[in-house]
Amino acid sequence: MNILVSSLRVVVASMGLCVVGYTGVILGVAQAVTPATADGSLVADASGQVVGSRLVAQGFSDPRYVWPRPSAVNYDAAAAGGSNLSPANPEIATRAKAIIAAYGVDAPIPADLVTASGAGLDPHISLAGALFQVPRVAKARGMDEDSVRGLITRLAFAPGGPLTQDRIVNVLELNLALDAGA
Amino acid sequence: MDALFLVTLVVGTTALLSWPLGQYMAWAMDPAEGRGPTALFTRISGARGTQGWRGYVTSLLVFNLLMFAVCFALLALQQVLPLNPDAKGALSADLVFNTTASFTTNTNLQHYSGEVSMSYLSQLAALMWLQFVSAATGIAALTALARGIAGRGNMGHFLIDVQRATVLVLLPLALIVGLYMALMGVPMTLQGAAKALTLEGASQTIARGPVAAFLAIKQLGTNGGGFFGPNATHPLENPSFWTNLVSMIAIILIPMACVWMFGRIIGRPRHAAVIFSVMVLFLIAKIAGSVWFESVPTFALRDLPVAQTIGNLEGKELRLGATTGPLWAVLTSSTSNGSVGAMHDSLNPLTGLMPMIRMWLNATFGGVGVGMINMFVYIIVAVFVAGMMVGRTPEYLGHRVEAREVKLAVMVLFFHSLLILGGTALFAATSWGQGSTLNPGAHGFSEILYEFSSASANNGSGFEGLGDNTVAWNIATGLVMLLGRYVPIILPLAIVGSFMAKRRAAQSAGTLGVEDATFGTMLVITVVIFGALTFLPAAALGPLADHFSQVRRAPF
Amino acid sequence: MSETSSKSLFTPALLVPACRDAVRKLDPRQLYRNPVMFTTAVVALLATVLALHSAMTGAGDVGFQAQLVFWLWLTVLFGNFAEALAEGRGKAQAAALRSTKAELMGKKLSGASHEIVAASTLRAGDLVLVEMGDLIPADGEVVQGVASVNEAAITGESAPVIREAGGDRSAVTAGTRVISDQITVRVTVEPGQGFLDRMIALVEGAARAKTPNEVALTILLTGLTLIFLIAVGTLPAFTAYAGQSIPVPVLVALFVALIPTTISALLSAIGIAGMDRLVRFNVLAKSGRAVEAAGDIDVLLLDKTGTITLGDRQASEFVALPGVAQGDLVEAAMLASLADETPEGRSIVALARAQGMEATAPTDAEVVQFTAQTRVSGIDADGRSIRKGAVDALLKLHDFDARATQALRSVTDRIAREGGTPLAVSDGTRLLGAIHLKDIIKAGIKERFAELRHMGIRTVMITGDNPLTAAAIAAESGVDDFLAEATPEDKLELIRKEQSGGRLVAMCGDGTNDAPALAQSDVGVAMNTGTQAAREAGNMVDLDNNPTKLIEIVGLGKQLLMTRGALTTFSIANDVAKYFAILPAIFVALYPGLGALNVMGLNSPQSAILSAVIFNALIIPFLVPLALRGVPYKPRSAARQLIGNLTLYGVGGLIVPFVGIKVIDLAVGALGLA
Repeated sequence: MNILVSSLRVVVASMGLCVVGYTGVILGVAQAVTPATADGSLVADASGQVVGSRLVAQGFSDPRYVWPRPSAVNYDAAAAGGSNLSPANPEIATRAKAIIAAYGVDAPIPADLVTASGAGLDPHISLAGALFQVPRVAKARGMDEDSVRGLITRLAFAPGGPLTQDRIVNVLELNLALDAGA
Repeated sequence: MDALFLVTLVVGTTALLSWPLGQYMAWAMDPAEGRGPTALFTRISGARGTQGWRGYVTSLLVFNLLMFAVCFALLALQQVLPLNPDAKGALSADLVFNTTASFTTNTNLQHYSGEVSMSYLSQLAALMWLQFVSAATGIAALTALARGIAGRGNMGHFLIDVQRATVLVLLPLALIVGLYMALMGVPMTLQGAAKALTLEGASQTIARGPVAAFLAIKQLGTNGGGFFGPNATHPLENPSFWTNLVSMIAIILIPMACVWMFGRIIGRPRHAAVIFSVMVLFLIAKIAGSVWFESVPTFALRDLPVAQTIGNLEGKELRLGATTGPLWAVLTSSTSNGSVGAMHDSLNPLTGLMPMIRMWLNATFGGVGVGMINMFVYIIVAVFVAGMMVGRTPEYLGHRVEAREVKLAVMVLFFHSLLILGGTALFAATSWGQGSTLNPGAHGFSEILYEFSSASANNGSGFEGLGDNTVAWNIATGLVMLLGRYVPIILPLAIVGSFMAKRRAAQSAGTLGVEDATFGTMLVITVVIFGALTFLPAAALGPLADHFSQVRRAPF
Repeated sequence: MSETSSKSLFTPALLVPACRDAVRKLDPRQLYRNPVMFTTAVVALLATVLALHSAMTGAGDVGFQAQLVFWLWLTVLFGNFAEALAEGRGKAQAAALRSTKAELMGKKLSGASHEIVAASTLRAGDLVLVEMGDLIPADGEVVQGVASVNEAAITGESAPVIREAGGDRSAVTAGTRVISDQITVRVTVEPGQGFLDRMIALVEGAARAKTPNEVALTILLTGLTLIFLIAVGTLPAFTAYAGQSIPVPVLVALFVALIPTTISALLSAIGIAGMDRLVRFNVLAKSGRAVEAAGDIDVLLLDKTGTITLGDRQASEFVALPGVAQGDLVEAAMLASLADETPEGRSIVALARAQGMEATAPTDAEVVQFTAQTRVSGIDADGRSIRKGAVDALLKLHDFDARATQALRSVTDRIAREGGTPLAVSDGTRLLGAIHLKDIIKAGIKERFAELRHMGIRTVMITGDNPLTAAAIAAESGVDDFLAEATPEDKLELIRKEQSGGRLVAMCGDGTNDAPALAQSDVGVAMNTGTQAAREAGNMVDLDNNPTKLIEIVGLGKQLLMTRGALTTFSIANDVAKYFAILPAIFVALYPGLGALNVMGLNSPQSAILSAVIFNALIIPFLVPLALRGVPYKPRSAARQLIGNLTLYGVGGLIVPFVGIKVIDLAVGALGLA
């Protein structure tokens, strides 16, 4: 009986400390120091309308935009998820064929554009994946390919700095830049 | 090169950090008489005196029962409780049972998706609270085990130990990691989901919440339960390469430090170094295997015009780096974490085998506290066989290993294989499991095998293609998690209790040394033979069959 | 191992009954004692039923199943055979003992008369008369008389020993023969519980209870069996997922190949053989537990005399006092010792002769015998009174000149410091000098102690000598520690102290006053010449009365455990190869790709399964010699011991089955068996 009472006291104390105290401290600091990212790295347009999160992919199918990686959950940021397909599952090939057809380009397509990410919300594509889309985007926007390519190269970055080699591009940022430049 | 450098960086850094942390933990968990804030903890709990193994286990179970009850109530009533901005509804009873069992046992197997089903109160007060106290339970149990082996007359008091672990060990580290995560871009808000109008004019609901706080203890306490469904692959839960790097360090930091703490309390740091080396050896082997196997491109795309330059990308996030996916896969399940940085179901078959092996062995760092306890079971078996080979009645640090100790140790190993293989058999042969797999052939079998391995090893990761939010799955894995948690804590404590009741033997050149490479070798062999061999047939029918019959293109 | 002993293991006289017993041991009540072999038998029975069913229905491959059944039963039989062979060796020894015992008759005393009764009717407390030429009918104590007894029936040693009432040599053993005089013996044991009975039971293995370590190992092996039962028992469900099924006989084969049949089959043979080795060594352990404990010994208490030094001290030097002619001293010493028939006395005479002294005792000389009271001896002749004896005792004879006493003290002190025993010599009231009696350290004993030290065993010399002498002998012999001027109480105290430090202590003793220490020690070896009390208190009896054997006994204990450990390791390591033989064979039908796991390139699935099962059966008789003789034992540190055994039996256990199964597979293919 003593043990039960003592245990209850520890339950209450640890709740207070770990749930209220700990959460409070982190919440306070985050909201004070980095309110933008603390609220989800939201991006608003000039009118103040939230157009998305810098960290969350959204669907693009308009040829004027650079397209993101496929999403197993159709870019649903309220119910994220991966495809969970095994690498040998023929469905991966079926999906890839449809995407390749949509791109309609003969050259080998960069793998990231035909593989779904873990959460279905990967905000990035590879630099190769972005450059692969340059002719389509430039044509749709009536821009010259070099300026699109220049924009992409400017926005591309290595996610791990010196620790990683392959560069990637944030699709939403790129598309916002394209819109801004157009 | 990337991969090699990263592995060295992550494992090396963590190993370096773990040593001082281990010393600190020994000080915090097992202070000298009258030192440290013991008086405060005594006043809070009202718990006095010391306990033998039975008393300690009883307190542990009573406290864990309360943890279960509180969490169960909070989850079951979330629809009427506050802090629910997105108006999450009621959860089914079997899912509440499964989730409660999962978080009470430090497993964090998730048959729900956080952003879909859980209110912020459920996330914070039920789940995150358990992530602290369940991890603290593991550290406390290890401390008790070490005290017994050290030859103290008692194991301490559980309710004091669990407070020490929560307040002195987990809380400060969680604050550091949580603040880092928040500052590095992880959301930390109590506002409900954001509404966005996308550039193409679609509306997008962006789930968010107090992620940074949740994330820190999720990793440090080897809990692994994600705030969001896809866990650490979710860009809001793991926004950059740098949050990922720190996450990886946070995952193995305390399990590594636990080994040093154990060594310090038993007064045998060199013995701890041997155990540490054995665990690192297994860890490196599995990481190397994963990185190597995962460099094979996605098999299904082999005949299509796809430029596959960096291995299998299905289920992986670009910002984490191509190599960190498999690295994470192994790290998460090298500890008993289960937070995934790549979708395990989409890993190449042999890569997926690596975390399974880790869960079968369950002792290569493993969960906070309990990983070392599991290794203790292997040590008992190794000492028994090796002890005979040096021509003496086997003894471990002067404690004679006799019938009772061998019986208890073998029971732990037996239970682990029974829960995994028995559960898998039940579901593989019936519609409970057969109807729930996503992928065809041997890979579907792997999904079932992985789920039970993860439940029994209290890991929590999964081949998520499995449709596991069913009554059968929820109840079966819930029970497996509970048995897989408490049996391997109680029985080792009983072994040490039996040690404590016996006269301790003196050490000499004739007694088996546990501080040299020879013993390390013996331990490796024991872990492989007693831990892994049992599962070889299952591995053959799952990942190996998957690999040899479909992917075929062997990576070597 | 020598050629002869390897032959003696497999003589037809032993093999034929062992084969018969192997079948007899199929009795489930006997098999049950060994869970793993019992399981194997149950599974073999299941396979038999299935094979018969197949034969009747014509379904399945009957030829293959029949072969499997054959080898499964053979596995069980080989295990029984190993045990039977070990028991057989003991039985051969027991038979000889029993023939002695069969016709024992006793002369039971009632008052002054006696009647002749069968030995089996004698009860504890009965008095029996044993006359010259009689066999002693029951274990007991001599209560009256003294006799020389031939104990060859028990010890194999033909030189007779003296047994007398009172003192430390009063115990007599049934089956030994009185060859001179007559004694009255009080029987101390109930019928059927005598020394001889116990010995017969022990060497036969009948009274063998499992030792603690054996129990623990059995639990480990049973646990492994259960784990493999799960691993194999779940396979049908696993393959059901793929919509396939595995034939039960194949599962049975996999299960039997995986469970640790090898060590389980040999386990009791190892234990019996360990006891048997001890018996062959003329040491009788009262339980297997004692043999195991011997391997755990940390501290050896060794009596100086007879163990570390030769039993007799030898005169090595005559030291004359200042002003005494060397010749006078030598002559006096010789005269005083001429009638002294003790080895020491004889050595004094011999040394004097070697130094050119010739002296004969006058005819009217009167010999003064050594007594425990005076502790001096000598001779009175020609008006001279020559004495030699312990220094203190001799100095009490007269009030000797103080300077001479002083000089003698310094001489004797030096002798004591060097580990010798001084005897003082006097002629009348004149001190002449001292004789240096030297303890002769046994050859090679120093090296033995060094070995023991490497094994982590500390040696303590027990001696009645004074600390000075003891220290010198300890240093010379290389013993780690010593207990000087030791009383039985000191010994007991020392044992308790070591034990409270967590150390296991072994000692040997013979006297009644050794009994408490023998009982307290973890391994107490009583000398067979010792009293009944000592023999009861110890947990081993050395029939040769050779205290040096304590060292070998420790080795035998270690060897027993090492044999168990080595064969366990070997047996478990075998599983890796067996998996690689059987798993691809089973699964290749489901997933042809898994043929890649057939690393041995075995002929066909059936041949692979059969080969693994055949290997599993044949390895048992192959290892029987190792189990019975024990693994070669070298005294070395635990770390080196582990490296050696792990390499040999662990790595060997990994490799051997790969080779063995491949060879059997080739043979099976060549013979067209599968």
